[in-house]
Formats: sequence, C-alpha cells, structure tokens
Amino acid sequence: MGRYILQRVALGLAILVVAISALYAFMISLPGDPTTVLLGPRATDEMRAIFSERMGLNKPLPVQIVEFWGRVLTGDLGEDVLRNRPVATPVFEALPFTLVLILTSIGWSATLGILLGAFSAAYRNSLIDRVTGVLSVAMLAAPSFVVALWSLLIFAVILNWFPAIGAGERGNLADQIHHLVLPSFAIGLAWVGYIARIVRASMLEVMGENHIRTARAFGLPPHRIIYRYALRIAVLPAVSVLGVGVGGLLSSAVFAEIVFARPGIGRLIYDSVITRNYPVVMGSMLVAISFFVLCTLVADVVNAMLDPRLRTSKQS
Amino acid sequence: MSIAERSPFKYSVAGRLISDPLAVAAVTIIAILVLGAVFADFIAPYDYKALNVRARFAPPSFEHLLGTDNLGRDTFSRLLFGARIALFVGMTSVGLAALIGLTLGMIAGFGPRWLDNTILFLFDTLRAYPTIILALALGALLSPGLGTVISVVVLTSLSEYGRVARTQTQAISGREFIDAERAMGASTMRILVMHILPNVLGPFFILAAINLPVVITIEAGMSFLGVGVAPGTPSWGATLKDGFDYIRNTPWLIVSGGIPLILVTLGFTFLGESLRDVLDPKLRKER
Repeated sequence: MGRYILQRVALGLAILVVAISALYAFMISLPGDPTTVLLGPRATDEMRAIFSERMGLNKPLPVQIVEFWGRVLTGDLGEDVLRNRPVATPVFEALPFTLVLILTSIGWSATLGILLGAFSAAYRNSLIDRVTGVLSVAMLAAPSFVVALWSLLIFAVILNWFPAIGAGERGNLADQIHHLVLPSFAIGLAWVGYIARIVRASMLEVMGENHIRTARAFGLPPHRIIYRYALRIAVLPAVSVLGVGVGGLLSSAVFAEIVFARPGIGRLIYDSVITRNYPVVMGSMLVAISFFVLCTLVADVVNAMLDPRLRTSKQS
Repeated sequence: MSIAERSPFKYSVAGRLISDPLAVAAVTIIAILVLGAVFADFIAPYDYKALNVRARFAPPSFEHLLGTDNLGRDTFSRLLFGARIALFVGMTSVGLAALIGLTLGMIAGFGPRWLDNTILFLFDTLRAYPTIILALALGALLSPGLGTVISVVVLTSLSEYGRVARTQTQAISGREFIDAERAMGASTMRILVMHILPNVLGPFFILAAINLPVVITIEAGMSFLGVGVAPGTPSWGATLKDGFDYIRNTPWLIVSGGIPLILVTLGFTFLGESLRDVLDPKLRKER
C-alpha cells in the first residue's frame, strides 16, 4: 500500500510539473511580446525592457521554466507586475471562497443524491423510483451555467429572495450563507442526479450479494439492511466519482463566480485573462490545477484502500 | 438459421432502437435540431444579424416569437443559426478528438510497454487541466473563433477516447484469433485495422453520442465567457451572455438560450443510453 501511494504521488507530481510547464511554455512562446500586451502599444522600449527584466522574459525558455519552479518551491508565485504585489496575495485571498463554494455544493448534492439513489433502489420500479429517474436525467441535462442564470433570474431578479451579487459581508455568517445558496445550488444540481444514478445502480448490485442475502435470511428489518449494510458499500463508487469530478466542479465554479459576481479563483482567472495579466493567470492556474491533481490523487488512493484489486493492476 | 435472418428489421440495430420510446424521443429531438440547423435559412423569420433599433428589447410576440436582444436582433432566428454553430463545433471536435484518441489509444494498447506508459502519461497530463479553466487561459492567448473552441475541446477530451481505445485494444489483442492472424503472418497494420479497429468502434459511437452535448455545452460556456466564438456569431452561449448583460431588460434571452442546450443534452444522452443497450447488451442497465 505504501508503495502504491508513493508511486501515485510521484506520478501526480510529474503530471503537475509537465502540465504547468507546458502551459508556461505555450504562454511565452506565442507570437506577440507579453510586455506589449501588458503595457499597451504606446510603451517605450525602455519600459518594455524593464518589464521583461522583472518578469524574467529575457532569459531562454527552459531557464525561465526552471526559475519559475524554483520560485514556486519557495512559496513565491511570481510578481503581479501590473499591480505591484505578489501573485500569491490575490490567489490566496480568492482560494477560500472557491473552496467553501465547492465543498457546500458537494455537501448538499451528495447528501440528497445518496438518499434519492438509496430510496429509488429500495423501492425499485415504484412511482418514486421512476420520478427520481426522470428528475435525475433532467438535472444532469442542465448545464451549470444555465442553472446559474435561470436561478439568478428567478430567485434573485424576479422573486428577490436571494442576493444577486457578491459573497456577503465579511464576518457576517448569516449573510455569507445567504449569498452562498444560489451559487452552490447551481453547481450542485447536476451532481444530485449523477450521484443518485450511481448510488441506485451500485445499490441494486450490492443488494444481490451474499452478505445481504444472509442478513435477510437472518430476518433483519429491510430498512436496517438497506441503510446499515448495503448503502455503506454502495456509496463507494460515488465517492470516487466525486474525486475525479472536482475538475468539473472547478469549471462550474468559474461560471457561478461570474454569474453571481462572487470572489474566487475562477473569477480571478477570468479577470486576469481579460486584463492579460499573465503572471496572475499562471499563479492561479497553478493553484487550480494543483488542487485538481491533489483531489484525483486522494480519490485514487482512497479507492485503492477500499478496493485492493486496484493496487496491483497498472493505472487504468 | 440465425435470428437476424428470420426477422431482419425487428432485430437490427435500427429496429430495436425504434421499439425503445426513449430512443424515439431522442431521435425526434435531434432531428428537430438538425433540421432547424440545416434549413435555418428558410425557417428563420429574420436575418440573424439584422439590427433593428426600433425593436430593441422587444418581448416575445407574434412578430418576434422569442423577443429581440439589446440590438433588436430576432432571438428565434439567432437560436436557429446557433444550432448550426453548435452542431458544427460538436461534430468536428468529437470527430477530431475521437480520431486522435483512437490512434494514440490503439498504439498504446498494442505497442511496447514504454510507448504505452508515455502515451498514458500524456493522457493523464491532459486530464489534469480543468476544461473551462484551460479554455479561459487559451482563449485569452488565441484569438476568439471556432478554431480556438475546437482545439480546447479536442485537447481536453481526446484522453477519454484514448483510454477506451487502449483498454479495448489490450483486451482484444490477447485473444486467440489475433494470435492465429499473427501466426499466419499478418502484418501489425493489418491486425490493427482489420481486426482490432472494428471491435473498438462500438464503444466509440456510444462515447461520441454521450460526449457531443458535453462539447456543445463547452462551446456555449466559452462563448458565454467571451473566449469562444467571435463577437456577433449567433452561438447559444452568446445569446445567454447578452441575456445576462441585460437580465432586467431581456429575461427571455436567458430562458430561450438555455432551452436548446438542455434539449441537445437530453437528446444525445438518451440516444447514447439506448445505443448502449442495443449495441452492448452486457452493459444494459436494470429497468
């Protein structure tokens, strides 16, 4: 097990290094001088020289990449040359907002999805099962930014139940929760349907297994078998899907943060992309991709712990 | 005598699809979209780029079925032409991603271990980019347009096809009939193209059908963020963006811009599931 984790961590790090370096190289090697884009067409050669010196653009590409990683290892994400501050400042200001958003979205959608899935497996082919089936496909079909826009229109603009913009007053928890409702609804909705379907399918499979039949033969009450014994195992596939799904959640978070004008890593990337602030784009991409790689890694390791067969086979 | 000979149509793929109400619903939705896209020139009541200052922010009426936007352009006409963009981007990117993924996946599955590991590492690396975040970064660097959208989608989705192709190839290349072919002196190319490829294609159609709406959604999402199609192009995402900018003036843009996206997802998801049931009975889900 230790060996597997070590291998998996090494692979994760290698992926991260290659993915970010490729992005860096791509950004630098594009036609057009980044300093011109940053400073505008009227910048003097002298200004450009100063900026390219500060951004390290005057060195060969491989050296730049190595230096970039050297800085990252010491906790320095680079310098936001447009605003004269370290890139880490806006990135780590934005990160908690995105994490809270993603965690609440996973939280409510996984809880509801698991319950719905277990319920429809327990009462298979009943009306509830059918309604859940149709609903979960319908939830899956709505892209998160459409849900975000529609819920903004209905609940914020027309009904005025929830605020349309921002993340709430600092230090006012009730206000912050109030601001969190619509964005996390928009991100989580598709996951309710997805998780319900996965849990229902794996629940039906588990219900046919020997230990459940034994439990039934012992005369245990059905609700106890379903919720105590079967659901514990049936939830596992949903857990692994969630780990891999973090990339999708990050993408949804970009939309939710833009539609509801919330601070966050997605909004930061969007804003710095619009203003062509490359150092901030690189820094926030690094954090977003690291987060994603870390989540996939944890999901893989957790899966391997739960299912020993995955450890021996090569990466699948 | 095989079943297929006794009742040719009823047991064919098309025949079994027709007897599945879900598949019929899916095909109907897709047919409406495709017909709308193909005959957009004839159906659309207005030119999709015609400005009409006097009809700005017009709510839905008999004149403008789905209202107009901030420039007075007819929403219904724009959505019809948007179907064209969506289907074009969807089919091109799915086709390209599938082709590249298929080639790399088959090479990985059939080739030596080091090549397999290298290609797998490439797939893992591509998978490490969250789609929309990569789209934002690339969209900022490349000029907006269909090419940018297609390259982002191909980059982020080819690994999925590659993995399926690799797994299938590995599973099949261990079978006896491949050993027999090899013993008879068949070349690697012949084995790959004549024997492995046909067995890989089945799952590919299912994957493509399920992936198409995902791709169309990414296009709409990129256009919504302003890093997708060029300004003025009638993408569904651009309609949603106009609606978002003027949410208090033109709420109908948000409502009507989202509906085709949901329909397209429903249509292709249902089709993918029915195809899977028909083509691969082992995966048939409990009903």
